[in-house]
Amino acid sequence: MAELGAGSLQVGDPALNYQERELNERLKRLYPAVNEEETPLPRSWSPKDKYSYIGLSQNNLRVHYKGHGKNHKDAASVRATHPIPAACGIYYFEVKIVSKGRDGYMGIGLSAQGVNMNRLPGWDKHSYGYHGDDGHSFCSSGTGQPYGPTFTTGDVIGCCVNLINNTCFYTKNGHSLGVAFTDLPPNLYPTVGLQTPGEIVDANFGQQPFVFDIEDYMSEWRAKIHGMIARFPIGERLGEWQAVLQSMVSSYLVHHGYCATAMAFARATETKIQEDQSSIKNRQRIQKLVLAGRVGEAIDATQQLYPGLLEHNPNLLFMLKCRQFVEMVNGTDSEVRCFSTRSPKSQDSYPGSPSLSPRHGATNPHLHSTATDSPTCSNGVTSKNKSHSKYPGISSSSSSSPSSPSSIVYSESNSTDSTKSQPHSSASNQETSDSEMEIEAEHYTNGVADSSSARIMNGTYKHEEILQTDNHSLGNGLPADESDQPRQLCGGNQAATERMIQFGRELQALSEQLCREYGKNPTHKKMLQDAFSLLAYADPWNCPVGQQLDPMQRESVCSALNSAILGKGCECSGSLSHFFLSLSHARTHTNTQMELLQFIHQLTGLNNLPDFNYPFQSLIF
Amino acid sequence: MACMLEAPLRISVLSEVTATSRHYVDRLFDPDPQKVLQGVIDMKNAVIGNNKQKANLIVLGAVPRLLYLLQQPTSSLELRTECAVVLGSLAMGTENNIKSLVDCHIIPALLQGLLCQDLKFIEACLRCLRTVFISPVTPVQLLFTDPTVIPHLMSLLSRSQRTQEYITQIFSHCCKTPEHQMILYNHGAIQNIAPLLMSPSYKVQMQALKCFSVLAYENTQVSMTLVNVLVDGELLTQVFVKMMQRDRPIEMQLTAAKCLTYMCRAGAIRTDDTCIIMKTLPCLVRMCSKERLLEERVEGAETLAYLMEPDVELQRIASITDHLVAMLADYFKYPSSVSAIADIKRLDHDLKHAHELRQAAFKLYASLGANDEDIRKKITETENMMDRIVSGLSESSIKVRLAAVRCLHSLSRSVQQLRTSFHDHAVWKPLMKLLQNAPDEVLVMASSTLCNLLLEFSPSKEPILESGVVELLCSLTQSDSPALRVNGIWALMNMAFQADQKVKVEIVRALGTEQLFRLLSDPDANVLMKTLGLLRNLLSTRPHIDQIMSSHGKQIMQAVTLILEGEHGIEVKEQTLCILGNIADGHTAKELIMTNDDMLQKIKSYMGHSNVKLQLAATFCVSNLIWNEEDGEEDAATAHKGDDTGGNPVARGSQERQDKLREMGFVDILHKLTQASDPNLCDRAKTAMQQYLA
Repeated sequence: MAELGAGSLQVGDPALNYQERELNERLKRLYPAVNEEETPLPRSWSPKDKYSYIGLSQNNLRVHYKGHGKNHKDAASVRATHPIPAACGIYYFEVKIVSKGRDGYMGIGLSAQGVNMNRLPGWDKHSYGYHGDDGHSFCSSGTGQPYGPTFTTGDVIGCCVNLINNTCFYTKNGHSLGVAFTDLPPNLYPTVGLQTPGEIVDANFGQQPFVFDIEDYMSEWRAKIHGMIARFPIGERLGEWQAVLQSMVSSYLVHHGYCATAMAFARATETKIQEDQSSIKNRQRIQKLVLAGRVGEAIDATQQLYPGLLEHNPNLLFMLKCRQFVEMVNGTDSEVRCFSTRSPKSQDSYPGSPSLSPRHGATNPHLHSTATDSPTCSNGVTSKNKSHSKYPGISSSSSSSPSSPSSIVYSESNSTDSTKSQPHSSASNQETSDSEMEIEAEHYTNGVADSSSARIMNGTYKHEEILQTDNHSLGNGLPADESDQPRQLCGGNQAATERMIQFGRELQALSEQLCREYGKNPTHKKMLQDAFSLLAYADPWNCPVGQQLDPMQRESVCSALNSAILGKGCECSGSLSHFFLSLSHARTHTNTQMELLQFIHQLTGLNNLPDFNYPFQSLIF
Repeated sequence: MACMLEAPLRISVLSEVTATSRHYVDRLFDPDPQKVLQGVIDMKNAVIGNNKQKANLIVLGAVPRLLYLLQQPTSSLELRTECAVVLGSLAMGTENNIKSLVDCHIIPALLQGLLCQDLKFIEACLRCLRTVFISPVTPVQLLFTDPTVIPHLMSLLSRSQRTQEYITQIFSHCCKTPEHQMILYNHGAIQNIAPLLMSPSYKVQMQALKCFSVLAYENTQVSMTLVNVLVDGELLTQVFVKMMQRDRPIEMQLTAAKCLTYMCRAGAIRTDDTCIIMKTLPCLVRMCSKERLLEERVEGAETLAYLMEPDVELQRIASITDHLVAMLADYFKYPSSVSAIADIKRLDHDLKHAHELRQAAFKLYASLGANDEDIRKKITETENMMDRIVSGLSESSIKVRLAAVRCLHSLSRSVQQLRTSFHDHAVWKPLMKLLQNAPDEVLVMASSTLCNLLLEFSPSKEPILESGVVELLCSLTQSDSPALRVNGIWALMNMAFQADQKVKVEIVRALGTEQLFRLLSDPDANVLMKTLGLLRNLLSTRPHIDQIMSSHGKQIMQAVTLILEGEHGIEVKEQTLCILGNIADGHTAKELIMTNDDMLQKIKSYMGHSNVKLQLAATFCVSNLIWNEEDGEEDAATAHKGDDTGGNPVARGSQERQDKLREMGFVDILHKLTQASDPNLCDRAKTAMQQYLA
């Protein structure tokens, strides 16, 4: 096979040149926004990134199986040379089944770098495939879902990745089979897998005209995005775009309480911030209390600063009180904290990041954070490193300065764990940092504040503590959770436990009262049940409902409260800035976003879009 | 007459008429033409968007005066134009307004106005005509009464974009029958309208496109012409394909797909043409997606159903495209439970389209499952599909009932479904209900489905029989509609297949011999075939044959003679000979043939017929006649239990019959046939000969 390929290479030199030229032209036409110097397009299968049972020929476009093919353990895959660049917007490739071989166990799809090649695409995490023998789609799982028809010798199967809405559909002989996968991660490689002798498939990454009319599909999306943008009239004035983007940035900062940054941004761009600075600070303080688990104090502060707010929002109040109960179990709420014998500092289990990150895809926070880390880490092997979780260990007060700055760093480093951020925080000891909004040392009895750094990446935030504890040396990425003494209910204090039980009764009464006034509310019932269930276990932190105790769970409560104070629902209004925000949040990787924006830029031909040449990029993306 | 009818309405409205309305009308009668013009202009401004004002002015008689002014040659062009504008504005109101305008003969007056040279006036007249003609209350025939109108409209197409838009819109709304299509076609509609597809105006493009869709619908001549039309050097089909590009407006994609669909169904484009398989079909599937408006989804599904109805390959492709089968399940979810509470407006909208959506989905399922067993399986496995059909069969909307029964009929072609899902969901119950007092179109579909449910292997056959369906089917055979007669007799035929004596007797009793013989002379060949089939099934096992022949032998033999002597196709004659063969298998019944020399002569001649099938059937009959009775004796004994008439005719036995037939020269023919080239015929003749040897 290989010889054959080599032979054709020599004989067909002019033809090859012609094919090469045609490929270049087609790729340029299909993906005009892609800069191949930065993000090369897949042009063939990778001779390096394949299982040994795979043979390649014909310029690495033909794949054949050369294993035993006894059972699924003999499955073998090959990835394309490069991942699909996000700037494609919509990416498409086709595979022709030259021979179905013995059993036709062929899978066509996508996988992230690092996914086991001794498998068919779709069987593992971050791997997706459509299989010829049963027509099922496999979405990171050993069991397939009925998807489409079977395919066999002579069929041409196409795979289209829509990077705008992160979906994928297949085609068979030019007919679209409908969406197969949603919520795809970035940086996937075209992948094929074979399993029995005699199976041969040819790839078409653009060398030939496609059977399916992909350009027609692209034109629909181009029109869709055009239409979406056209729905937000920009008015006559030319400076409008600038203003829209500025207000987008500004409102984002204000909403999430980046007071100093917002002020700095306002100064730099000579714009005004609608909300009073003190109000932002108030919100910030309340948010901080919630995120620190001190919900009782947060409720008090809210009632004091925004009288009437909670009275008008009984659902919110109930939600807060439930959270407060959970925090009492946790031992973090001030109502039980005052009984605690342990140092309050050690109780402050939540990283001191003042702000709440917009959590997109929050169902899988770990995957989310690893994906942001670096391209090398997004290979589908989920890092178990919970670098952003709490450090209950007692920190040495000398190890971090009370005014430790938290900087907003745009980082493209390959760092995969929290320790790497240390240089950033020490290096960014700048005047312009947001330190004033981070630190409220007066709250801590011992005068030592836990400091933190909010490392902003790609629109999501990674909460990290930069506590250098004695037992956590630099470079030790072990999850801190697994250290020292077991946690105890309400910090292990009897009085606190009694207080908690009393509070539970009050909560129950509140629930009944709300039920009388507003009718039954299944959400409330569930919340209450979940919270109370914690008490049923000896170790609430390791029980089926223990997830509630995760500080991460504070975020949704915090977000709801913040939005209520701002007087708006959680959903953003339909503004252009929201459109861009949602687009940019659609992906988690900075490059991905920028590429996607380039793509949109290209799509729309809106030449009056501003270049992203002011601090914009480093702030948001 | 219309004025008389509206009298009570007038009184009620009159009471509300304000002095101002009257003032507007009074000013139309001013002797000063300048003041009249000002009056008309003021009236124009007063009626815009004011339906009440429009009704008032109509009631006060403004229309005849405006029409008078419009037609008066002495009126200034400006005045005439303003009159047309006001009339156009009045037409924009309610349907009652349109009725009043039509009753005042506005259409001939405006058509007359088109003869004027002034473009602005023509445009105003056309605009008003357009508004009147697109209303459902206007009889479209009014456009075609004067034969000079259409050619004149064609000539006005070149005047301006507005005339193009209005005229094409009038055409697309008024072209309702094949006659209309031919009138427009003969006046050069295609050549005149084709260039408008390239118009810079979207509205003109769309109206031109709609014209082509109504012109091509079920019209082979128009469609055949369309495929050869060039627009700007490009084939019309390619222009339509471009209009289906996914970045074009949905309305344009959908209408272009309709044009190609109609051209395809009219036979002008092959179903395996790329523009159908790769473009039209996927475009129509997209129109069914959840992202589209409810109206678009209805139209898309109906058009797609029509496109692929006759072609199994298109059905197969559609069934795998974009999860169509599952996508259609969503059509049944309106009004959605969310909309019910959340949003009254949305609920109203949903309710309005709910029936349409359901019937469209049923139609599309019917088309999808028309031929392919795998697709039928896929459909029946869709969530709650059978339940949906069952409830669809008893919906209030006739359209939904009809579509549901079409879908059921399509699925009933599957042996597997008949055996499983049809029985599990007792579909025969609502089906039987539907058969009571349904309109003919529903009856045709329902009875066709019933035919399939009465097939021998269908577990629903028994309960249907018990529900007393015979009378109903017999009444169908008396229908004026040939389709219903066929279905009625077909169902009876299926019912009689290998049935109990009781059922057979019941069929003969309910149908009555008179009706049976009337059906044997039915002008519809299909009816005749199925009636013969019924006879053949009735005359199947020996005791049944003898019993029926003993009571109806004379008539049956007459009918058989008649058919064998008549001008009928091979199939009919073959079926008839098979009946004779069955009769020959009876114990007593065979005497009816043996004693009928004329009939024997006929059989003999058919044995020498040029058609092998007829030869086979005739030989089969002879073979039965000469059969040695050894193995049959026992049967005969049981069959004749209680028969104490003594002298057993059978006992005289085969020998006599064999002798008689030998005398008549049958043996010679049989001998000849043993040398026949057809192996079946040869075998059968040999078997018959063995009876002589035995």
